[in-house]
Amino acid sequence: MDYTSGSAENIYVPDAVQRAAKILVVGHFAVGKTTLIGTLSEITPLRTEERMTQASAHIDDLRGAPDKVTTTVALDFGRLTLSDELVLYLFGTPGQQRFVELWEDMARGSLGALLLVDPARLADTFPVIDLVETYGLEYAVAVNSFDPYSRHAEDELREALDLLPDTPVVYCDARDEKSSAQALIHLVQHLLARVA
Amino acid sequence: MTTPGEEQAVSSGFIRSYVITGGRGLPDAEGLSLVTLVTIAPDRQQPPNPSPEVRAIWELCSGGYLSVAEVAGHLELPVGVARLLLNDLADQGHLMRRKAPPPAQLVDRKILEEVLHGLHVRFG
Repeated sequence: MDYTSGSAENIYVPDAVQRAAKILVVGHFAVGKTTLIGTLSEITPLRTEERMTQASAHIDDLRGAPDKVTTTVALDFGRLTLSDELVLYLFGTPGQQRFVELWEDMARGSLGALLLVDPARLADTFPVIDLVETYGLEYAVAVNSFDPYSRHAEDELREALDLLPDTPVVYCDARDEKSSAQALIHLVQHLLARVA
Repeated sequence: MTTPGEEQAVSSGFIRSYVITGGRGLPDAEGLSLVTLVTIAPDRQQPPNPSPEVRAIWELCSGGYLSVAEVAGHLELPVGVARLLLNDLADQGHLMRRKAPPPAQLVDRKILEEVLHGLHVRFG
């Protein structure tokens, strides 16, 4: 295979880049993690898999795909070159408790997490918040809402999710570049405030 | 990318990984993280009789820097398998890497400021 010519995009990180940073995009099944990553990534998002050494006892949320027991989990990720020296990777990280082993690996070295929330499925977000907090990740909440009429009032949502007062909540449309970028910017501003 | 099948398994089976790695256990993330940037060092000779996977990594990684995760993604290998094969190449002196960022507890202001600035420039 020839990876350097003839293809529509150059897949390589620019030569001068010295460092890579990582931000996790977390959330429950089908909340839009892959969509948001695809919206922001400069490369065609890639998918790989991590293998869990422990078999899971049950699969509870692959709705419509019963009995599909697997010990591997797909990771979707994308890349953004942010300066001559720095690239940022966005990793979609599934929010099920049974993936704790994966989370250990994913959380290590992460700057923080963007927590995607579907306002119609708030309860599905609780286990994800547990995981984020277990691994000590700083996070911002991005409510992925296409329909303004289904938007919870922000304080209702804060109360439902039991968020700290300084945890940012931002509404976004994961299909929209500006809106998704804005959510990411809110997260990084929050992270900066926390290290100040 | 609008399909909701985010957590579905990709493809490869256990047996395939077992064969590729020669039955060795997969290394943990120490050393090569998901975002460690790697490339084949210039002027290196490919090891004799490489496996198809090692040959594929060699060809892919000779073109420039990629993260460990990207190597796995492009070659459709599980991360652990790609990491093991890259570790082998590193042990043999074939691999160059950029240093990874420090762990989360040591995240410094400078990287965050650089990320924020970069996002503002990129997305206005």
